[in-house]
Amino acid sequence: MSGAAPARALPGSGDARRHLIVAIVNNRPGVLNRVASLMRARNFNIESLAVSVTERSDTSRMTLTILGDEVHVEQATKQLYKLIDVLKVEDVTDSAIVEHELALIKVRVTSKSRPELVSLAEMHHGRVVDLGDDAAIVEIVGEPGDVDRVVELLREFGIKELVRTGSVVMARGSGSIEEQVKR
Amino acid sequence: MTQTGHVPGAGTSAALATERARKEMLRDARIERRGGPRPRIGADALCEALLLQGSNTIWGYPGGVILPLYDVLADHPGLRHILVRHEQAAAHAADGFARASGKVGVCLGTSGPGATNLVTGIGTSMLDSVPVVAITGNVPGVLLGKDAFQEIDITGITLPMTKHNYLIRSADEIPHAIAEAFHIARSGRPGPVHVDITKDALMGETSAPHPTQAEVEAGLPGYRPKLDGHVRQIKVLADAIAASKRPVILAGHGILISQAERELLELARKAQIPVAWTLLGIGVIDESDPLAYGYMGMHGWKHVNRAIQSADLLIGIGMRYDDRVTGNVRTFAPSAKIVHVDIDPAEIGKNVVADIPIVGDAKHVLAALIPLTPSVAPAARADYFAELATWRTASESSAWHGSGGWRDGVLSADFVVERIAEGSKHDANLTADVGQNQMWVARYGGFKRANSHLSSGGLGTMGFALPAAMGAAVAVPEKTSWAIAGDGGFQMTLQELATIVQERIPVKIALMDNKKLGMIRQWQEIVYGGNYHSEQLAGPDYLKLCDAYSLPAWKVSKPEEVDAAVAAALAVDGPALIWFEIAERQNVYPMMPAGKGLSDLIDKWGDDGEDVTEGSSGPRVDPTDPNAPSGATK
Repeated sequence: MSGAAPARALPGSGDARRHLIVAIVNNRPGVLNRVASLMRARNFNIESLAVSVTERSDTSRMTLTILGDEVHVEQATKQLYKLIDVLKVEDVTDSAIVEHELALIKVRVTSKSRPELVSLAEMHHGRVVDLGDDAAIVEIVGEPGDVDRVVELLREFGIKELVRTGSVVMARGSGSIEEQVKR
Repeated sequence: MTQTGHVPGAGTSAALATERARKEMLRDARIERRGGPRPRIGADALCEALLLQGSNTIWGYPGGVILPLYDVLADHPGLRHILVRHEQAAAHAADGFARASGKVGVCLGTSGPGATNLVTGIGTSMLDSVPVVAITGNVPGVLLGKDAFQEIDITGITLPMTKHNYLIRSADEIPHAIAEAFHIARSGRPGPVHVDITKDALMGETSAPHPTQAEVEAGLPGYRPKLDGHVRQIKVLADAIAASKRPVILAGHGILISQAERELLELARKAQIPVAWTLLGIGVIDESDPLAYGYMGMHGWKHVNRAIQSADLLIGIGMRYDDRVTGNVRTFAPSAKIVHVDIDPAEIGKNVVADIPIVGDAKHVLAALIPLTPSVAPAARADYFAELATWRTASESSAWHGSGGWRDGVLSADFVVERIAEGSKHDANLTADVGQNQMWVARYGGFKRANSHLSSGGLGTMGFALPAAMGAAVAVPEKTSWAIAGDGGFQMTLQELATIVQERIPVKIALMDNKKLGMIRQWQEIVYGGNYHSEQLAGPDYLKLCDAYSLPAWKVSKPEEVDAAVAAALAVDGPALIWFEIAERQNVYPMMPAGKGLSDLIDKWGDDGEDVTEGSSGPRVDPTDPNAPSGATK
């Protein structure tokens, strides 16, 4: 019977891309562990994760970037939503959003290269937040692509240390994911 | 037929009366020692909370940090604590208790090894959506994280295998945590909830009140199970049923959990749809009903899998299209539109693409669906049902059905299962272990009643049968409780023979002894080209074993002895065991090898000569194929 019939499609297109997930969770001990454990157990790969308290002290907000196709990521959001401490989950990848991250980059400087570094940072809306004899810290805030570009430009100075927060996102307009949480 | 053993002295009514008197004496002595009433402590709050939840049975094992609870247990006489011989059995018994009764089961262990021993049972409940509250003690709060004696991060361990878990560090938190744990365990898609309580929380004085159900629900904004299906989707389903020529209902555990058996039957009758069921769906419909078509999947009936493969509409309700049901998804039901009704949104679209997805509770969705579904006259589906009947006759009369072996004087397992079911008037609770015995019970148990079949389907936990049957026997004392186990699984938890004798729990054990790990042997024969390893299993003389435990027992090796032994075991007022020496090399057929589809069933009785396969592909499977679903259960 199955001879002539076409094969049944498996779930998911297989076209993996980067998805941005926002989760509002209870601000309780162990919640980050629950989310991280779920992602590992279900074989979801977190590219970045940013967590902080929200406007209400009893909730936290997580921004996760996950690589996967639409079914894979939908599974991730559904599984996240099953956690009792998760109040709201949204895949905002295709929404109108502001997506920013912050990077601190420590580079080598000399008396000669110092002015060049300062002007380069300013030109890219960055700031030099620490300046010493032989090293400086540049702070850059922007979309991940902007941060990538500045990091590339700073390589010629010699990067000693680099830290990025991972993306945080917020929808444009008057909508609020926090206000959607049912209490 | 050989018999040994005697009705146990321990557990007789005289012994129980003595035990009661001793407890009362101890309680009086304790009150005297304390010099009057004592303050209410966390352990009291825990006992009160359990009783408030309607829970009166605890399966447990004491240990250092949980002793404050045992110190007050006697002050809460409504609670029956049943002392097991290993915490794994406590978890399985709580699980069996819950499956048989629909209530929440409760198990208890101490910190460290007591807690880790519960883990296998908790995982079993998780994979099968069974409502269990597992309670463990932990070291005093100040010692947490210090690697204290018997300290382990048990909430870290149970986190991925519970529906939710708690670490309670103060007596004041106990009433709310227990009420919340019960609510989460039994609502929505049920599952186990673990509550870990530090010793100082159990001992701390508290006046914390018990919350109302409304307060519990209000405190869980992130947990609102969706019961009602989407009205428009339900209409789409009704239209699809009206348009279909070859519909099949795939009924799962969710129907039993939501108690929707009546609605299922109503839908099946109204729209004239045959009902197939999953392993955990056994009991959703009386198997002798004309619309009951059979058990599906890897070791399901060939006619059932054939009906699925030729269906134009599959209505999956409260099941999850897992790999043991679908086989290779690419070749699964090639012409069927797939309907998926489940309360857990994460199940929908996980394993197969659903053409009509409906998130909701089976009972709610069916109740909304039935009025929208058109009545179909039986005559309209006469051709379909005639074809199904032909397939069924062929499938049931073929050589591997439970009728071939015993005629030759060989004791075949399927025959034994049929006779046990018949001897118990198809009204007993049959608890299976895992492996061949599990499939024989599923295929030949002849179930007529909801929640009468208990089986570790998802996790496939060997050693499940005896302790889970204990739980069922205590939960539903008016029904006979059988544990049907292979010699492998039985040897994993046979220490519980002492529990059933001491507590006089009337479990009837059917030990299916083929002196092998039968399913391992079957896979090594069929999938691994006869390369046998570690499948031979020596066991004790089970009659001597039962005699040592003062358990009445019979040994049966011939088909003609079966009925008398079953009747004798049933006549015992208390636990009993029958040792069935079954054929050593009997396989479970048909069989769908891993990675293959429902049309690729192997079906040949016995193991002489070539196996017969349907379809173009042979039975041999590449065990290294990464696309093949996971391998043999034991």
